[in-house]
Amino acid sequence: MIAVQQATPIPDPLSVPANAPEHCPGTESELAGKADACAGCANQEICASGVAKGPDPALPFVRERMSTVKRKILVLSGKGGVGKSTFTAQLGWAFAADETLQTGIMDVDICGPSIPTILGIASEQVHASSSGWSPVYVQDNLGVMSVGFMLPSSKDAVMWRGPKKNGLISQFLKDVDWGELDYLVIDTPPGTSDEHLSIVTYLKESGIDGAVVITTPQEVALQDVRREIDFCRKVGIPVIGLVENMSGFVCPSCKHESQIFKPSTGGGRRLAQDMGVDFLGAVPLDPRIGKSADYGVSFLDEYPDSPASIAYLDIIDKIRLKLGD
Amino acid sequence: MASPEDTPVGRRLQLVKHIIIVCSGKGGVGKSSVSTQLALCLRATSPTARVGILDVDLTGPSIPRMLGLDSHPVHQSSDGWVPVYADGSEARLSCMSVGFLLKRKEDSVVWRGPKKNAMIRQFLSDVRWGELDYLVIDTPPGTSDEHLSLVEHMAPVRSRISAVIVTTPQAVALLDAMKCLSFTRATSIPVLGLVENMSGYVCPCCGEITNVFSTEGGEEMARREGLQFLGSLPVDTELVSLLDAAEPDDQASNAVLAEGGSPHSFRLLELYEKTSTAPLFRAIVERIMNGLSAAESRE
Ligand SMILES: Nc1ncnc2c1ncn2[C@@H]1O[C@H](COP(=O)(O)OP(=O)(O)OP(=O)(O)O)[C@@H](O)[C@H]1O
Ligand SMILES: Nc1ncnc2c1ncn2[C@@H]1O[C@H](COP(=O)(O)OP(=O)(O)OP(=O)(O)O)[C@@H](O)[C@H]1O
Ligand code: SF4
Ligand SMILES: [Mg+2]
Ligand SMILES: [Mg+2]
Repeated sequence: MIAVQQATPIPDPLSVPANAPEHCPGTESELAGKADACAGCANQEICASGVAKGPDPALPFVRERMSTVKRKILVLSGKGGVGKSTFTAQLGWAFAADETLQTGIMDVDICGPSIPTILGIASEQVHASSSGWSPVYVQDNLGVMSVGFMLPSSKDAVMWRGPKKNGLISQFLKDVDWGELDYLVIDTPPGTSDEHLSIVTYLKESGIDGAVVITTPQEVALQDVRREIDFCRKVGIPVIGLVENMSGFVCPSCKHESQIFKPSTGGGRRLAQDMGVDFLGAVPLDPRIGKSADYGVSFLDEYPDSPASIAYLDIIDKIRLKLGD
Repeated sequence: MASPEDTPVGRRLQLVKHIIIVCSGKGGVGKSSVSTQLALCLRATSPTARVGILDVDLTGPSIPRMLGLDSHPVHQSSDGWVPVYADGSEARLSCMSVGFLLKRKEDSVVWRGPKKNAMIRQFLSDVRWGELDYLVIDTPPGTSDEHLSLVEHMAPVRSRISAVIVTTPQAVALLDAMKCLSFTRATSIPVLGLVENMSGYVCPCCGEITNVFSTEGGEEMARREGLQFLGSLPVDTELVSLLDAAEPDDQASNAVLAEGGSPHSFRLLELYEKTSTAPLFRAIVERIMNGLSAAESRE
């Protein structure tokens, strides 16, 4: 006999609350509150009553906060270490280069927040005011929120299970005083799990403009990215397009280009074609990108003429164009 | 009262001598490739060594692809799930991953914590590993549900667990490696040491070494934290293609055949042993084994 996961119908992933037990049938299901799994679940009464199909009490507050945010963009990838956080930072800096625009960056990678380091604000703390938490500002028109600002020490591990992460994400969305924003760019951890479900659940109503999916050229990354695009479709987030990062390396000594992560199955371009999403462009591997990130300086400002900067800016133009801005 | 060892997980892992968790905090630093290489090398340490590899990266499983086992089905027997064997009939390298359970490989696994917890418990209690010298566990990035569940369910076999931490040389990776180390300390898992991966690239054209991801941060961190530094592995493009399960070009497989390798022998291992990383990794494995036996003699 061949073992296959999930013989029972798969509940809509968005209708399984963060605190529900493993076999939760989903709050939209006919069995909600009545299934065997519901015994002992904190939501059982509400679910069984069938009335309040459990909208999260935070939702109206999130809606209120987000009403002053024009564009919400997710940066995603199933694979780790492909450059999501780096791309998020470049996108933020590029938007903020226009002084008339207000941009926010929200880092929902709770166990491994890199955004504070990449933006050079790792030692900052968030401050609470009467109107909520104020973001940390990199410059006047670029605000940032990350769990990294809330830890007593950067060495501490954040050993949190799903419901606690869900709680923090809802606070980020309802309690951070972003003010008026033209763009909110959201950096996510790798995978398709609690953080992703939470962010989509909370933002669904106020609308996510789309996701930029990042990959590297080799198959081991592409297979996770296929799953991520599948996820976007399952939960109804439009995919703005795919970016291939670290696509080739130019030796600083002999200028010869080589492929470090060889696209053994056609790379990002082919994947975009196969899955019917737009290919936004390829960013080469440039050691100065990693250094800039470690020192917390803007790569686009430091090396504006490098092929990688040109590629980044071209991709960012395409994103703007697709959003109609 | 039942002894703490007498739980489904304790009984199932009774005949497993050493359990090695590979973790990092940061994504994409090479946990899965280090796990794969560790399993291959441990299997090669003796003609009778038996190794298992468990992939608990539930939303981004890489192990099936890296071992060339994409879309192999898992069979259910009366005595639990039968793992997939990477070396065919020799059956000394067994493997289990969510990747084997998906109907289509592009299906996303969208699970919240409780569901992940249940899957991990099942992996630990229902897979017929049998007798193993080593069980290598590949983990996802972070320090969250998967890691907490692993530690919780493996409580009955605690004394046999240790960890290897993988990092790359950049500051952003080291920062997360530090968090990962804090996790092992908080859960009192002994750390066998730190591997620094992707630390320098040799241009295939002119031989110039570039620190594509800067360098030496790992060794420095090991020194500061009193950890054994297991070694650094340079960027190896051949390794990427091998682990991508790209059809090996015929030249390479012909060379294996010409040198007396049989078409039935474990080709992945033979091809791996030809990479420039393999000898470096063997030195790492030696240090790991020394670490394990030192820990044993201390008991
Ligand atoms: N094009 C590039 N060239 C060279 N280095 C790069 C490039 N893009 C990203 N990097 C470096 O690679 C590492 C991983 O990038 P980053 O942290 O942005 O990835 P991520 O996808 O956010 O990872 P995680 O999954 O852990 O969140 C960082 O050190 C970053 O500086
Ligand atoms: N020493 C190396 N040289 C070149 N490429 C490498 C090296 N080690 C790993 N890689 C490649 O880098 C990519 C990322 O590695 P891997 O998938 O093992 O990382 P990971 O930490 O398991 O990632 P994730 O966090 O997504 O699980 C893979 O394509 C792998 O083949
Ligand atoms: S009571 Fe509601 S939330 Fe809890 S398991 Fe049942 S359906 Fe899911
Ligand atoms: Mg990141
Ligand atoms: Mg992995």
